[in-house]
Amino acid sequence: MHETTYHRASSVDEAATLYAKGSEARYLAGGHTLLPVMKQRLASPSDLIDIAKIKDLVGIEATGDTLTIKAATPYFDIATSATVKSAIPALAYLISLVGDPAVRHRGTIGGSIANNDPAADSPAALLALDATVKTNKRSIKAGDFFKGLFTTALDDGELITAVSFPIPAKAAYAKFPHPASRFALTGVFVAKTKTGDVRVAVTGASQGGVMRMPAIEAALKANWSASAIDGVTVSDQGLMDDLHGTSAYRANLIKVMAQRAVTAAG
Amino acid sequence: MSVEGIGASVVRKEDKRFITGKGRYVDDVRIHGMTYAAFVRSPHAHAKVKRIDPSEALKMPGVVAVLNGQQLADDKVGNLICGWMIHSKDGSPMKMGAWPAMAPETVRFVGQAVAVVLAESRNQARDAADAVVVDYEELPVVADVRAAIAPGAPQLHPEAPGNIIYDWVIGDEAATDAAIKSAAHLVSIDLINNRLVPNAMEPRAAVADYDAAEDHYTLYTTSQNPHVARLVLSAFYNIAPEHKLRVIAPDVGGGFGSKIYIYPEEMVALWASKKIQRPVKWTADRTESFLTDAHGRDHITHAQMAFDKDHKIVGLKVKTHANLGAYMSLFSSSVPTYLYATLLSGQYVIPNIHAEVISVYTNTTPVDAYRGAGRPEASFLVERLMETAARQLKVNPAELRRKNFITQFPYQTPVIMAYDVGDFNASLDAAKKAIDYDGFPARKAKAKQEGKLRGIGLSCYIEACGIAPSKAVGSLGAGVGLWESAEVRVNPVGTIEILTGSHSHGQGHETTFAQVVADRLGISIGQVAIVHGDTDKVQFGMGTYGSRSGPVGLTAIVKAMEKVEAKAKKIAAHQLEASEGDIVIEDGQFKVAGTDKAIALPMVALAAYTAHNLPDGMEPGLKESAFYDPTNFTFPAGTHICEVEVDPNTGKTTFINFVAADDFGRMINPMIVEGQVHGGLAQGIGQALLEGTVYDDNGQLVTASFMDYTMPRADDLPSFNVSHTTTLCPGNPLGIKGCGEAGAIGSSAAVINAITDAIGNDNLVMPATPVRVWNAVHAKQAAE
Ligand SMILES: Cc1cc2nc3c(=O)[nH]c(=O)nc-3n(C[C@H](O)[C@H](O)[C@H](O)COP(=O)(O)OP(=O)(O)OC[C@H]3O[C@@H](n4cnc5c(N)ncnc54)[C@H](O)[C@@H]3O)c2cc1C
Repeated sequence: MHETTYHRASSVDEAATLYAKGSEARYLAGGHTLLPVMKQRLASPSDLIDIAKIKDLVGIEATGDTLTIKAATPYFDIATSATVKSAIPALAYLISLVGDPAVRHRGTIGGSIANNDPAADSPAALLALDATVKTNKRSIKAGDFFKGLFTTALDDGELITAVSFPIPAKAAYAKFPHPASRFALTGVFVAKTKTGDVRVAVTGASQGGVMRMPAIEAALKANWSASAIDGVTVSDQGLMDDLHGTSAYRANLIKVMAQRAVTAAG
Repeated sequence: MSVEGIGASVVRKEDKRFITGKGRYVDDVRIHGMTYAAFVRSPHAHAKVKRIDPSEALKMPGVVAVLNGQQLADDKVGNLICGWMIHSKDGSPMKMGAWPAMAPETVRFVGQAVAVVLAESRNQARDAADAVVVDYEELPVVADVRAAIAPGAPQLHPEAPGNIIYDWVIGDEAATDAAIKSAAHLVSIDLINNRLVPNAMEPRAAVADYDAAEDHYTLYTTSQNPHVARLVLSAFYNIAPEHKLRVIAPDVGGGFGSKIYIYPEEMVALWASKKIQRPVKWTADRTESFLTDAHGRDHITHAQMAFDKDHKIVGLKVKTHANLGAYMSLFSSSVPTYLYATLLSGQYVIPNIHAEVISVYTNTTPVDAYRGAGRPEASFLVERLMETAARQLKVNPAELRRKNFITQFPYQTPVIMAYDVGDFNASLDAAKKAIDYDGFPARKAKAKQEGKLRGIGLSCYIEACGIAPSKAVGSLGAGVGLWESAEVRVNPVGTIEILTGSHSHGQGHETTFAQVVADRLGISIGQVAIVHGDTDKVQFGMGTYGSRSGPVGLTAIVKAMEKVEAKAKKIAAHQLEASEGDIVIEDGQFKVAGTDKAIALPMVALAAYTAHNLPDGMEPGLKESAFYDPTNFTFPAGTHICEVEVDPNTGKTTFINFVAADDFGRMINPMIVEGQVHGGLAQGIGQALLEGTVYDDNGQLVTASFMDYTMPRADDLPSFNVSHTTTLCPGNPLGIKGCGEAGAIGSSAAVINAITDAIGNDNLVMPATPVRVWNAVHAKQAAE
């Protein structure tokens, strides 16, 4: 690891100020993406601004039709939260599949979406549930937030403060883990909103990162059942092709995982 | 049997320090004034080193020195060696290219060291290593065995035309060809035995400390055989004569073979420590482990097995290409030859066997012994052939094996090995019973109704351990003898220290070795300490690999104990005024048989050291040593059966059951044996399902981290059903065969046999990842 200066911020404003002062600063939340990259010497921030202890950035609340999870809330808290489990059990389940217990006790949903790894789990939930990303400057719809591999709509220094999820009528996530990394080789999140709209998001499969599947959405909107997807053709165009999954295999997994998710959602 | 003696599942003495974080590993060693080494490594798989410019690095904070391969050569430090001579079929010796510890001219695999930076801290050394400028002229790369032997392939070493190291044969080719020609049935197979990265939990490390006052070196290193390391460093690498070099291998966190060898980094650390007159520490990071620890396996094989009309095997012909990587590692030459082809008879009567092995250089990390070393490759081949034969002959796979089992012992195979004892029917029966083999068709039918593909696969393996009779291996080309030594020191108060040349790096010797001693004397294991891993304490030893510590290392201890006991009995008899022949040892007492006269071990020991009242002419003291050279290999064998379910929609394999019925001869501590089996099975299953090592055409290791290389994790594995059938090994007094590698040797074939049974397609390459299984399922469906 290269040398760096560590700061612990106690408020969102202080974090932003510290960030602006550093020549090449980075926010540090759970550190489960950033620190491994630094250890491999692939990133060398001048300053690390630790946001994990900022009180305003940790917590979960549900009000009426919305579940809000603050950005620096660790996965473990989300997966075990009674509020999340009753509002959107599929989200609690998705989070319980991230990494291992050590990762879940440290890693955060804010860090995950800021990083936007094309195989990360959380982006699928945000996109399918039509969530809103709140930052210290604005609100961004999930559909506008994810911009391809490791890229988001965040400006330099912009800090995610929370994610708010409209509570769906039904939702489920089905993940086929990458054998080595256990990220999603392909993960599919299906959601049916209270107004009857259907959104399906796929992670791990596309070369462009998390994406929606309009063909499956249409099929499910017409008939919310696993068999409705039987007739859908999923093209392997633009899908990732690597050691652990050809693009044809991923195309197959999109269908199979979507069907499993629909069955699980009931 | 006492409660802590032979056969007792005593909790491991060493575990307290390991699981409370109190183990002392090489990286825990800190010496005043210590510097840190970071290697500058080649990013290219094949290139000329045109220029190494350390000037920027030398200006950086904390940097003490930057050293390179030319300086090593100038100091006449020797090249790395391969210690086992193999001759090609034309009689010519193997073609070995030079392997300098840091490359002065040419690099031949990604990660090969070209220079080393020494600095005050690890990070300073790493930063400076990044700043060393190396100009390379890239050369054409060949990472694949078949490409390497093709005409016009890039040439790695001028010594080895066509990249061929040797073309070696064993067995009677004419007789085998004749058997195949006249056979009623012929079964052919093409297999890849996939390359594996050992991934010991503790990466390699070295702390080298040159003492100018004494002109003496100390090396703390992650070694499975510190005495062999000292011998090689001294006799071949010219670092220092043996009496000026102490090698200590303290707690070592796993080796699996990868820590047998003497690597460039450890010897550079020693040499550098004298050059800069400061201690030097180097600890590999995980990427360096992936790139530079000797890999395992990597065979491509074509084989034919011939059967007569009654389904008896009449011949086996094998041709294997073995990838040894860019350089010949210490024992690399022996692994695909004498540790592989000599086991091709498996558990079967095969009257004619012929094998040809062509070992090849490629621009990849060197390959050497890895848990099982050659024997997993042999067992995988024979057991894939048996299963395939049963399918083609449409007979029950268990019965085809049974029909061909060797049942008369000793049995001389056509490929050198003489099996001493075994009962292959017993382990087959035990495994079949444990998995309810006869109930399988019903289970398969039920799974089919649920849309799942069920399969069952057998593997009846045999292997050779306890390496090895020195004279025999000498005649086959080994550069060393493979005996073991032991010294028993009884202290004046009756506690005992056992000095052994075996080295424990996870095997539990501190417990099992103490159990054998405790058992003989009727004392507790708490009174026995095991000393190992330090060339200043233990005079010499050959170390631990090839499941040799039980059959060879423990036997040396028994031989030394016999001498100690004989002398102690003389002292006891003298003290008790009895006849030596009447003395028996029980419960820590030397008793006069049939009387109540007795003297306790501490009093005997004290008498030996006070020497006030010893028999006339007896030397004081109670300490004996022994060197034990085995008379034969030992032959652990058994049956593994695996039952799996495949999800045709995703290609995912789920274990239903995995049973291992093994014959290891006598077990000292069944719990530790079971642990060894579990670990071995995890590695064998890892090879079959998970672990794939992939190089691209540029010789870059694509799977150089745990993000891409799938190490087996607990939830990848079934709950193992392990049992034993026992025939005692006649070759050593304890009847031990060895258990360290069997799990890794037998299990891969059982897994692949099960999956191919489930999907009805034999065309499946290891590791059988979900995508590969899914493709195989679809290929089958397309064919139908
Ligand atoms: C062994 C292992 C297994 C894993 N398995 C999975 C898995 O199965 N599925 C999965 O989805 N992920 C997995 N991960 C990744 C894990 O989810 C990470 O923790 C997560 O991606 C990043 O969250 P973090 O809080 O650790 O972020 P950090 O590493 O602290 O930060 C990541 C990036 O986000 C930025 N950042 C952090 N918080 C904010 C914020 N509030 N606003 C703006 N920018 C911010 C940081 O500056 C940094 O650039 C795994 C990680 C490991 C180490």
